[in-house]
Amino acid sequence: MEQLKSIGRELAMGSQGGSSKEFLDLVKSIGEARSKSEEDRIILRELETLRRRLSDPDIPRRKMKEYLLRLAYAEMLGHDASFGYIHAVKMAHDDNIMLKRTGYLTVALFLDDGHDLIILIVNTIQKDLRSDNYLVVCAALVAVCKLINEETIPAVLPQVVELLNHPKEAVRKKAVMALHRFHQKSPSSVSHLVSNFRKRLCDNDPGVMGATLCPLFDLISEDASSYKDLVVSLVSILKQVAEKRLPTTYDYHHMPAPFIQIKLLKILALLGSGDKQASNHMYAVLTEIFRKCESSSNIGNAILYECVCCVSSIYPNSKVLDAAIEATSKFLKSESHNLKYMGIDALGRLIRINPDIAEEHQLAVIDCLEDPDDTLKRKTFELLYKMTKSTNVEVIVDRMIDYMINITDNHYKTEIASRCVELAEQFAPSNQWFIQIMNKVFEHAGDLVNPRVAHNLMRLIAEGFGEDDEGADTQLRSSAVASYLRILGEPKLPSLFLQVICWVLGEYGTADGRHSASYIIGKLCDVAEAHSSDDTVKAYAVSAIMKIFTFELAAGRKVEMLHECQTLIDEVLASHSTDLQQRAYEFQALLALSSQAIENVMPLDASCEDIEIDTSLPFLSNYINQAIENGARPYISESERLGTVNTITPASASHYQQDPAHSLRFEAYELPKPRAPPPSIQPSSTSSLPTSSSDLVPVSEATYTTREEQHNPKVQTLADQISAEIGVHLKLEGVQKKWGLQTYSSPSAPSTSSSSTQKATNGMVTSDTIRQSSLDSRKQQVPEVSAEKQRLAASLFGKKAAERKVQGGTRRPAKESQPAVATSAPEPPKEEKVIVPAAPPPDLLDLGEPSETATPTIDPFKQLEGLLEPAAGSDVASAPSPSVSAVKTPDLMSMFTETPSIVDSKSSDKGVISSTIAKKGPNVKEALQKDATARQVGVTPSGNNPNLFKDLFG
Amino acid sequence: MGIRFVVLVNKQGQTRLAQYFYEHLSLDQRRALEAEIVRKCLARTDLQCSFVEHRNYKIVYRRYASLFFLVGVDNDENELAILEFIHLLVETMDRHFGNVCELDIMFHLEKVHFMLEEMVMNGCIVETSKTNILSPIQLMDKLVNKHYHLLAGTICCFNQLVCLSCFGVGKLNVLRINL
Repeated sequence: MEQLKSIGRELAMGSQGGSSKEFLDLVKSIGEARSKSEEDRIILRELETLRRRLSDPDIPRRKMKEYLLRLAYAEMLGHDASFGYIHAVKMAHDDNIMLKRTGYLTVALFLDDGHDLIILIVNTIQKDLRSDNYLVVCAALVAVCKLINEETIPAVLPQVVELLNHPKEAVRKKAVMALHRFHQKSPSSVSHLVSNFRKRLCDNDPGVMGATLCPLFDLISEDASSYKDLVVSLVSILKQVAEKRLPTTYDYHHMPAPFIQIKLLKILALLGSGDKQASNHMYAVLTEIFRKCESSSNIGNAILYECVCCVSSIYPNSKVLDAAIEATSKFLKSESHNLKYMGIDALGRLIRINPDIAEEHQLAVIDCLEDPDDTLKRKTFELLYKMTKSTNVEVIVDRMIDYMINITDNHYKTEIASRCVELAEQFAPSNQWFIQIMNKVFEHAGDLVNPRVAHNLMRLIAEGFGEDDEGADTQLRSSAVASYLRILGEPKLPSLFLQVICWVLGEYGTADGRHSASYIIGKLCDVAEAHSSDDTVKAYAVSAIMKIFTFELAAGRKVEMLHECQTLIDEVLASHSTDLQQRAYEFQALLALSSQAIENVMPLDASCEDIEIDTSLPFLSNYINQAIENGARPYISESERLGTVNTITPASASHYQQDPAHSLRFEAYELPKPRAPPPSIQPSSTSSLPTSSSDLVPVSEATYTTREEQHNPKVQTLADQISAEIGVHLKLEGVQKKWGLQTYSSPSAPSTSSSSTQKATNGMVTSDTIRQSSLDSRKQQVPEVSAEKQRLAASLFGKKAAERKVQGGTRRPAKESQPAVATSAPEPPKEEKVIVPAAPPPDLLDLGEPSETATPTIDPFKQLEGLLEPAAGSDVASAPSPSVSAVKTPDLMSMFTETPSIVDSKSSDKGVISSTIAKKGPNVKEALQKDATARQVGVTPSGNNPNLFKDLFG
Repeated sequence: MGIRFVVLVNKQGQTRLAQYFYEHLSLDQRRALEAEIVRKCLARTDLQCSFVEHRNYKIVYRRYASLFFLVGVDNDENELAILEFIHLLVETMDRHFGNVCELDIMFHLEKVHFMLEEMVMNGCIVETSKTNILSPIQLMDKLVNKHYHLLAGTICCFNQLVCLSCFGVGKLNVLRINL
């Protein structure tokens, strides 16, 4: 009794009311902190206190729990509390379950599973897994999920497996999840135990069954085929759940175990994917859920959405598909943005089964596209991305680019830029359009675009259409040059884009004779001057200038050296960058050559020609013979040299074999940093460095390194040089050659190419002005929203071409009589090819595209199609939708968010402070305690932060 | 995996609770992430939808009075379900604390963590029955809060604060014991 009393007293001292005044003060001051800096001050002061307190060797255990929570606060608010980590580990040893669990919790909050201290906790976990108290076992299993890493799995695995059959369902559930964690961390460690998951699926306890679905979901998404036998049982479970056979504690807002239902639907979607037999089992239960689910509650809609996902994944069945479509259209018609978002996502899934579904909802989709809500907009772009075809690619990509220009988030900008590029590459109706789009993408997201795209663009311009149509290529190039000269006027351009511009100007700037050499050179000098800090752009510019000079000289024309050009070259000659220097010197050297030689060195428009390199270097043989006669040692090939090394230092031979670049070294010590590529790998470097052959063998360490340093930049610059000269062939090796230009590479009718050539003439030159004015006109048309929307709908969904015709003022009436000319949604691809050039983006129509170019492209086939085109779709599109664009009612969520002031309801009858005794609520005890703590610490609703007292449910 | 993290912040953007399920982030990463998502979510209006795309995942958020609940989820997660998961969490807290408010969460940080630990393991929702979520927490409370009446020589199973026999008695007359 005496002993008990003394122990009790000691405990009571540190733990009155559970928390000390200090802790309550801390919480209060954090809660009332007005700014981040104030909060930081509080925490830093707190950390000082804690550091002092924790250095005390004799801390009562309860006090320690509180210290740890204070440390957890500090870490949560972003301050380092690593000095206390070890105390958290110690706390996990405690016998008291509350302290133990707090210990585990703080360890998990502080440490990641690779931390050094983790090894200390494994022992504790092992001990606790054996405990009689199931709460202790549960705490240990929670810790296992968070703290055990790949190496320590074997230490606890046998115990965890044993616990799968524990009498307490809470333990079984957590053991299943621990095993799941092991599977996540290291699938091989538990591969022999996966049958346990199947067993646990049949557990009596619904909680254990529900938890087991998580690992099963992972397993099935890895390999669905070996779990097909589960389909029947899973369907029957889902059926029972939906029929409310589970305990009512799992109900959520009158919906039976919705989270379990959703998980089951996810699994069924995986199992039924592309499997008719498995899917057959599911149709009945899916129909049942569609029928039962209320679409009035959020959770009901969550289940409906999951059903739609499931239906879109499994083998299609018209009945459930209809139900899914109906659910989706309910989402889309909803006023709630959340539901619209889900609807757009669901639609994106359903159109994979049947692309026509989208048409019914085109106006809803366009509403979402124009919604100010960014999230919704992005989701809609995702949908558009999925439904892009060659008929609507122009509108969609235009929209994407308009959107891309306006966003600041780099992550998303990169994504949408790469999507634009992907769509353009896949569906580009013409090269002009492709280049235009690329220009825009580069202009606005240049630094975020993959350099590969720039190389592809350069290659496209260089290679042009391909075989026989040289005229079209020239058109393409001169239109590219024209557009680039115009774009150069823009104030800020990304580096990558400038590189492309410089290269194209250098290669084709003067090719069509429209621009004088000095004009182009002047422009290039401006570029170099404006980007004097960007060496890459400068290098491209200098090379481009060099090319123009040499082309002119080779053609026998005299080029006068502009003053600014001379300044640039002089500056570059003294540049710190050896690459730039070399280019400048080469430029100077080239100018001194005869025009005959120049023509050989720099042939006109030869970027696509392969450069043949004779690696035997026959022109050097005279020089070598002479050297050998004078007593030089003959060149030993690399393999021979390697052999020598092997015989000299057999111990280190294996090392040298791995890195032949260093095979010349006989010294005992290592180079500090092996970095240079072997000079002989790049054949071009040998050609420029004839001295590097024979006398290299017995060279000493020191000279070897300096030599390396001398050669390295040259090797590099030469490689650059060559790649700049021969286009991008060298860089493009191994790059996927994906182009959407099958239209042209495939042997299509000659009429196609000629019509596109005609378009090439004006399409590129006037593109920007067209865009500009179309933008203007769009602004003017703001009042007539619905017409604008219909037009967009028509162009997106491939219907209602007539709508568009109205916009184009200069269109001939004859054209209007064939409304469906440009629409070709469900056509075979072969015909699409023919039609694409004739279907310009509707935006462009505003300016009145010269009708001559359009008229001849109508071919009899299309006219026939126009007759066949059903008029039904156009009705849908033209139906105005006042209800959709009507005033939006507030979101569902706002019901929860706006809380009336509840301070009054809390004001107490005692009158002092907020006595919350009168509070309703199921837990009187807790409420009382809350009041007591609040009183103790002196936090009041009228204090600095009354929000602290706001009832979350309002 | 599903749920990457649950973060509670108040209107001023101060973190009130943070638990990460996906991976352990360093202090700096955590700080940056929280600042970024808070900035994104708090700027949105009630009319906009409760989902925000962030990097390669999504954030589902819901506001209750002064507190924002931000849940980071993978892209294939059912957003509406997560929205309701947040509500379930708040309902559970409400059942435990009674008219839960921000201060409750601050005073009982560890308990809210325990609730989350019961509901979410390995980033998956494993328990949605409020009774099952709360029972271990209440059991632990009970064990801890049992106290001993020195004068009567009996163990009282109630929390000391609501024990009528202890009312007005000095603290030395009452022992807390651990079982």
